[in-house]
Amino acid sequence: MQIPYNEELRPDTGLYNAKLGIWLFLASEVMLFGALFSAYIMLRTSNPYWFDIKTVLNIPLATLNTVLLITSSVTMVMSWVSLKLKDLNKFKLYLGITLICSFGFLIVKYFEYASKFEHGLYPSSSTSLACYFTMTGLHVLHVLGGVAVFLYLIGPGIKMWDSEPERFTNRIEVIGLYWHFVDLVWIFLFPALYLL
Amino acid sequence: MSGEHHQESFWTKYVFSQDHKWIGIQYGVTALFFMLLGFVLMIVMRYQHVHSGTISPDTYNSFGAMHGTIMVFLGIVPVIVGAYGNYLVPLQVGAPDMAFPKLNMASYWTYFLGGVTMLYGFTLPGGAANSGWTSYPPLADIATTGQTVWLLGMIFLITSSLLGSVNIIVTIVQLRAPGLTWMRLPFFVWAQLITSFLLLLAFPPLEVAGIFQLMDRVAGTSFFLPTGLVVGGEMMSNSGGGSPLLWQHLFWFLAHPEVYVLILPAMGIIAEVISTNIRKPLWGYSLMVKSVIFLGFMSFLVWAHHMFLTGMGQGMSNFFAITTMIISVPSVILLTCFILSLYGGSIRYNTPMLFALSFIPMFGIGGLTGLPLGLPLSDIPLHDTYYVIGHFHYVVAPGTIFAIFSGIYFWFPKITGKPLNEILGKVHFIFSFIFMNLFFMPMFFQGLAGMSRRLADGGQSYAHTQNVIQYNDFMMYASWGLAIAQLPFIINIIMTLIKKTEKSPDPNPWECTTLEWVAAPSPPIGHGNFEEVPNVYRGAYDYSVPDAKKDFLPQNEED
Repeated sequence: MQIPYNEELRPDTGLYNAKLGIWLFLASEVMLFGALFSAYIMLRTSNPYWFDIKTVLNIPLATLNTVLLITSSVTMVMSWVSLKLKDLNKFKLYLGITLICSFGFLIVKYFEYASKFEHGLYPSSSTSLACYFTMTGLHVLHVLGGVAVFLYLIGPGIKMWDSEPERFTNRIEVIGLYWHFVDLVWIFLFPALYLL
Repeated sequence: MSGEHHQESFWTKYVFSQDHKWIGIQYGVTALFFMLLGFVLMIVMRYQHVHSGTISPDTYNSFGAMHGTIMVFLGIVPVIVGAYGNYLVPLQVGAPDMAFPKLNMASYWTYFLGGVTMLYGFTLPGGAANSGWTSYPPLADIATTGQTVWLLGMIFLITSSLLGSVNIIVTIVQLRAPGLTWMRLPFFVWAQLITSFLLLLAFPPLEVAGIFQLMDRVAGTSFFLPTGLVVGGEMMSNSGGGSPLLWQHLFWFLAHPEVYVLILPAMGIIAEVISTNIRKPLWGYSLMVKSVIFLGFMSFLVWAHHMFLTGMGQGMSNFFAITTMIISVPSVILLTCFILSLYGGSIRYNTPMLFALSFIPMFGIGGLTGLPLGLPLSDIPLHDTYYVIGHFHYVVAPGTIFAIFSGIYFWFPKITGKPLNEILGKVHFIFSFIFMNLFFMPMFFQGLAGMSRRLADGGQSYAHTQNVIQYNDFMMYASWGLAIAQLPFIINIIMTLIKKTEKSPDPNPWECTTLEWVAAPSPPIGHGNFEEVPNVYRGAYDYSVPDAKKDFLPQNEED
C-alpha cells in the first residue's frame, strides 16, 4: 500500500503530507505557548506584589543563548539547502553545528537553573519564578525533542538518504520548520522574562 | 510507506496495527467499555441519592468527577472522533489509509495509556480525582493524589487527540480521491474536519492549565493559589499571588469547543443516516457546510459563559452572552436543515433512522434549554443546579449517544458484512428513548426548584429541595430501566458477530451513494481499502435524481 503525496506535492494544495502535518502541529504549539504567554500576562498584571525577576536573571547568559539558537536556525536551513544541492557532507557539517549550538543552549540553561537553585530560588519561591521555570522548562523540553530528532537523523536515520533521498530531504525540512518555531518561542521568551 | 507485502504477525495485525480500520475498531471497543464504566458509576450515584450512605461522600465526589471525565474524554470523544473518524474518513474520501498510519497507532495507544492512568487513580489512597470533571482550584490544587494522576492522564489524552486531529485534517486535505472536490465531500467529513480543528487548537490551553496545576501540586508553585489561602483553619505556606480564575479561563477555553467536538461529528452521522433513509438530497448542504465552519470559529469566543458567576464584569458578561446567542444561530440552521430534509422524503423507518430522527427533538431540547444558561440574568439562579445537568445531558446522552447508536446500526454491515437484527434494534431504540427522557426530564424540575448538583445525599438535607426530592426515586428506577434497555443492544451485537457469514454479503445494503459503500467491499479489504483508486464524479447526496435509472447515483459512477 502506498499513501499518496507522501513525497510528491499534491497539485491543488502544493504540499506533501508531512509539511501540512507539521504546520498543523505548529498551529497547536502556537496555542500552547499563546496560552502560556496569556497566563503570564494575566498573572503579572493582576498581582500588585509581583516579584521582579530581572534582578536575579542572568541577561548576558540569556543573550548568549539567543545567539546560539539563532545560529542553529541558520545552520538548520543550510543543512536543508545542502541536501537540495545533493551534498551530504555539507549537510552533516551544518546539522552538526546545529546540534552543537543546541547542546550549548542546554548547557547554558543548566548553569542558569543551577545558580538559581544555589541561591534558593525555586519555582515555589514566587509566582514570577514559577512562570520563569515553567515557561523556560517547556521550551527546554521542546529543544530536547528537537535534539533527539537531530541525533536520529544524523545517526541511524541518515540511511534513508541512499534509498529515498527526496523523503529524507523532506524530513529535514519538516524538522527545520519545527526548529525555527522553537527558536521563535525563545525570541519571545527572552524579552518577556529577562528584559521587560 | 514501502510497497512490499510482508506477512503480518498477530501483534502487528491486531494489537499494534497501523490499519485505520482496525485502529478505529480498537478505539470504538475501548471507548464503549469506558462508557459502560461511566454508566456504572452513574448507577451507583443514582442509588446513593436515594439510599444515602451507600458510599461515602468522598467516594461520591470521586465517582462524580470520574463519571464526567470518563464519559467526555475517554468515552464519547474517542468513539465519535477516534472510532468514527478513523474508520470512515479515509473510506469516505477514497484514501488507502490515514496520512500517517504510525501516528495513528501512537494516537490510540497514548489514549489507552491515558485511560489506564485515569483508572489507576481509583487504587490510590483517597481515591480517584474528586474535584469534579472541571477540577477547579484551589480545591483541586489541595485535593488527594488522585488529582495528580488525573492531570497526568489528561496530558496523555491531549497528546493522543493532537496526533489524531493532525492525522484527520491531513487525510481530508491531502488524500481526497480524484474529483472529490470540497463541496462534494459528505457532510460527515466536513464535521470531522471542523472537529479536528477544534481539538487541535482548543486542547493546548488546557494542557498549559494542566501543567500549571501539576506544578502547583508537585513543585509547590502558586499559579492558581491566591495569597493568604486558609485550608482547614491553617494558613497555606505557599507563596501565593496566583489566580484561581486563570484555571477557569484556560479550562473553558477548551471545554466549550469540546461541547462542539461532542456534537458536530454526531450531526455528521445524522446527516449520512438521514440522507440515505429519506432517498433525497440533504436540504441546504452548502448552507450546512458554511454553518459548521462558522460554528467552529464562534466556539472559540463563547467560553466565559460558563463563568458568569465569577463576577468578571458587566462588559465581559455582555460580550459572552452575545457571542453565545450568535452561536445558537448556526446550530439552529443545522437542525432546521435536517427537518426540512425530511419534508417530502420517502422515509425508511429502520433502526438507524429511528435513532437519527429522535436525535432532532432530543438535541432540540438540549440546545434550547441551554439558551437561558447563556444569558447572565437567567444563568445566575440556574448555575450549578440540576437544570444545567439536565441541559447538557440532553445534548450528549439522547443527542450524541443516540447518534453513536444510529451510526453503529448503520455502519455495522459495512464493518462486519453482517447487518444487526432489526427487531432487537427497535426494542433497544424504543426503551432507550423512553427511559432517557424519564431519566433526564425531572432534572429540569429539580434544577428550577434550586437543587444543586454534586450533592452526595442527592439534596435530602436541604429544605428547598423537599418538593422535588421524590424525583430522585423516580430517576433511580429510570436509570435501571435505561440499563436494561441496553441489553438488547449488547445481545444483538454478540449474536450478529457469532452468526455464520453469508457467502457474499451485500456491499451496499442501504443503497448509499458515498464511497465507503459503493467503491469498497463490506467488510473492506485489509491494507489499502480500495481495489483501485476511485474517481468521483458527483456530490455525496445524489438520491432520486430525475430521469436516473435507480434512485441513487454512486459518487464514483460516471454520467
